[in-house]
Amino acid sequence: MKTTRLWASAAAATLVLGIGSAMAGNAPGVSDTEIKIGNTNPYSGPASSYGTIGKSIGACWNKVNADGGINGRKINWISYDDGYSPPKTKEQVRKLVESDEVAFTFQTLGTPTNSAIHQYMNKKKVPHLFVATGATKWGNPKEFPWTIGWQPNYQTVGAIFGNYILQNHPNGKVAILNQNDDYGKDYVIGMKRAMGDKFDKMVVKTETYEVTDPTVDSQIVSLANSGADIFVNISIPKFAAQAIKKMAAIGWKPVHLLNDVAASVASTYKPAGIENAIGIISVDFYKDPNDPEWKNDAETAAWNDFMDKYYPDGDKLNKMNAYGWAVCHTMKAVLEQAGNDLSRENIMKQAANLKEVKIPMLLPGMFVDTSPTDFYPLEQMQMMKFDGKRNVRFGPLISAETE
Amino acid sequence: MDLFLQQTLDGLATGAIYASLALAVVMIYQAIDHFNFAQGEMAMFSTFIAWQLIAWGAPYWLAFVICLIVSFIGGMLIERIVFAPIHNAPVLSHIVVFIALTLIFNAFAGFIWEFTIKQFPSPFPSELPFETTLIGPHELGVVGITLVMLVLIYVFFRFTPVGLAMRAAAANPVSAALVGISVKKMLALGWGLAATVGAVAGMMIAPKVYLEPNMMLGVLLYGFAGAVVGGLTSPAGAVVGGFLMGVLENLAGTYIIGSDLKLTFALVVIVAVLLFKPAGLFGRVVVQRV
Amino acid sequence: MDNVRNHRSNPAEKFELFGVQLPKLRMMLLLIGIALALFLPLVVANFAVFQMTQVLVYAIAVLGLNLLTGYNGQFSLGHSAFYALGAYTAAIMIDRYEIAYYWTIIPAGLICFVGGFLFGLPALRLEGLYLALATFALAVAMPQLLRYEHFEAFTGGVQGIDVFKPDSPIPGLSADRWLYYFVLFWGVLLIIGAWNLVRGRTGRAMIAIRDNPIAARTMGINTALYKSVTFGVSGLYTGIAGALGAMVAEFVAPDSFTFFLSVWFLVGMVVGGLASIPAAIAGGIFILYMPNISESVIGVFFGNDPSAKALIWVAFGLFLIFTVYVVPNGLAGLVRRFVIRYAIRRGD
Repeated sequence: MKTTRLWASAAAATLVLGIGSAMAGNAPGVSDTEIKIGNTNPYSGPASSYGTIGKSIGACWNKVNADGGINGRKINWISYDDGYSPPKTKEQVRKLVESDEVAFTFQTLGTPTNSAIHQYMNKKKVPHLFVATGATKWGNPKEFPWTIGWQPNYQTVGAIFGNYILQNHPNGKVAILNQNDDYGKDYVIGMKRAMGDKFDKMVVKTETYEVTDPTVDSQIVSLANSGADIFVNISIPKFAAQAIKKMAAIGWKPVHLLNDVAASVASTYKPAGIENAIGIISVDFYKDPNDPEWKNDAETAAWNDFMDKYYPDGDKLNKMNAYGWAVCHTMKAVLEQAGNDLSRENIMKQAANLKEVKIPMLLPGMFVDTSPTDFYPLEQMQMMKFDGKRNVRFGPLISAETE
Repeated sequence: MDLFLQQTLDGLATGAIYASLALAVVMIYQAIDHFNFAQGEMAMFSTFIAWQLIAWGAPYWLAFVICLIVSFIGGMLIERIVFAPIHNAPVLSHIVVFIALTLIFNAFAGFIWEFTIKQFPSPFPSELPFETTLIGPHELGVVGITLVMLVLIYVFFRFTPVGLAMRAAAANPVSAALVGISVKKMLALGWGLAATVGAVAGMMIAPKVYLEPNMMLGVLLYGFAGAVVGGLTSPAGAVVGGFLMGVLENLAGTYIIGSDLKLTFALVVIVAVLLFKPAGLFGRVVVQRV
Repeated sequence: MDNVRNHRSNPAEKFELFGVQLPKLRMMLLLIGIALALFLPLVVANFAVFQMTQVLVYAIAVLGLNLLTGYNGQFSLGHSAFYALGAYTAAIMIDRYEIAYYWTIIPAGLICFVGGFLFGLPALRLEGLYLALATFALAVAMPQLLRYEHFEAFTGGVQGIDVFKPDSPIPGLSADRWLYYFVLFWGVLLIIGAWNLVRGRTGRAMIAIRDNPIAARTMGINTALYKSVTFGVSGLYTGIAGALGAMVAEFVAPDSFTFFLSVWFLVGMVVGGLASIPAAIAGGIFILYMPNISESVIGVFFGNDPSAKALIWVAFGLFLIFTVYVVPNGLAGLVRRFVIRYAIRRGD
């Protein structure tokens, strides 16, 4: 008898909770003075270098709050460490949603980590906004209407490289170096998509590396030995710099296509040796604040001021801090657009209705653009070539629409 | 053939890096009879200290020497402050403290110096007197320094009274104390020296792989493996083990299994080696008295 | 037979703590523990239930490691690999073959038993650091193998596999609570199993091998067999934990099973205490909550200063060192010392 009552009260409790969260009106975590936003980032562990994104976004909210908030509401940014471990992400995000009662999550970082909460967020109908990963699967509004990505996806970049090779070096021999995880593999998938059956004919050698590998010297030697005259380099700055240096040391001089992740004068080319990096072709969608190209740019100056004031310990050489600034402004635009209707439905709706919104630090001419059927906010990029001082952009903004 | 030669030499160059850290591993093993998991992160931290000094304008060799001194004192302090109070705790508790130190050094370096990669200068000339693309001057220098360190450590443990006392204190603390060796001092000294050797290794490694808080993660893995394969009681064995790891992973990655499983392959080979030589290639087989 | 047992009464009955006989005190604590495990989830929120479930999962894994290290004296840094093997077995069975979740636990355990046994055979020749390296190699190789493109059809490669949380068959009971009781069922079963194992003939052999392998061999114990079997059983426990963990996380990916997971198991085991079954639960609690506490402490001291986030591991590391200072033999060791110090012998 006693147990039955207990079961019943437990059932009633679940029911009440269920109704509570489904009530209309503002989302949980929204009051007249505050909006609670949840986030996870790897602040510890081997992926902790990405943590600066979460830190710079936190600093950005500090600035937004100091400037009066959004429609009078201050942002309460709750960012937890997940150490890049999917089970921990699940725990932290459930804590954010069920215990801290955030209105939504924003810029949760990593592909495997976001995969772990993908189902959960959509079942719970909590906006899972502008995730910090370039996987393709975040833009699927039919099956996952509560999840949206932000940056141009990895496959797009891969496709841009694929098209470039087809147009400019149709008879080239291609060598690829990629990180052995979803990020590295997605670029290659994008290249395959763009090059079709030419891919197998033109690619003569593929090598991979693990993030824990001390060096990629051995891979570079193998790739150079393959006789390739085009090198597609899909690696993070540390390994990109090692590769550039090693190529110079062994005298391999192919056409070098470097992915956006490492396309930075300060954090890749300088450590690798500027003279070794001349001629590298890369692609990007936002301004590298250390590139002399943007020395007199007003947006870059504003970013510099922000870094000095709100994130003085942050490393200005790290362009991820500019990324954080840009994505923070995208979120700000959504909340401004949502006005005073801060229900989860409306926040999601506004995130999916950004019409050519101008965001600081994006390349000139670029916009954030979404619609209820287009969950890819950024799809354009521009190619550039390093001339020994700066990355000189060439050609138009390219968009490789993801089908 | 060219590829084979290049990969082998490259393997030796990377192997020198593993070997230099393996030496630090052997050093601490001789001194405290444990493997110190925090060794890699301590070396990374030492290297950052040198980098900071250079960034402030100190000449390379001054920074080098100061870094060694600071590391030596730091190593001793860690022993005195962190380990002396738990001297009698079980081995596994010590290992947990090693893990804790690893986490602390890693996170603290990230907090101070951030995660963008840093250039660390090489002390060696930028050009070789002869023309070759097979091996770079820094790589050759690291091989040389590693061999010099090996000789120094060998002589230290084999022929100096302090080195012998240190080995005695680690192998049999009670008997060592009975013949008048201060086990406490030996432990502290061992930590100090291991930290110093680690610092040299770090400063040799950083120019090649770039300095950042996670720099040692992979190197430690191979360095540890190299030291164990070579035999933890033998500095020469550790160096050979380190070189072997470097060559093995390159050749396996190039010819046998491809780069995405080369680490796995290298590890399988090591385990296989251990099955036939359980004390490592050059290790002394410890005969236990019943 | 009965007579003999009566004659050799439990010496612990002669001691009391807080005025209660030791065996009775232990029984009372056990009952309180069972009551808490059964009823606490009914009154706390779903999220807390989810965390408790994770604690149980980690506790089972730590228990598996403890059987190997605490009772048998073999060192392992490779248990994340067994955990991964169990998790992927369950995930593949559920996702690829649409087998009901409750049928996946035993296969996951058995596969890991076989895996552990086979790994235990060569590991026989290795001791101490050499065994540590071999198991370390296993842990490091696992994520690479899971990502390997020729296994992708099974493992899902870098993308991992979604596992859907089972629905509760009892109306009114939330899925989280159902999963908790499901995990609790397995946890209790495995704890009883471990308890019987270490108290029986096998357990005595395991402990004898740990304390003095040569003497154990002289007494006629087949050390090779026992060591391998212990490795297998340890793998079985950790594999079941992995399968349950996959259901709790609803997702498996290579990044979930890095070498660091092995480190956490080791930390949980040492903090809890070697050769103690309740210690495994303490270890599970430590693994789950301590990083969160470290994070909160940093939050309290530094507010929303973004740079301070980097200090979370510093705090965690300091806590860890502090814990070893206070309880060098783990929490179980502390309890043992407390009992020895304060238990009072009654007059006969």
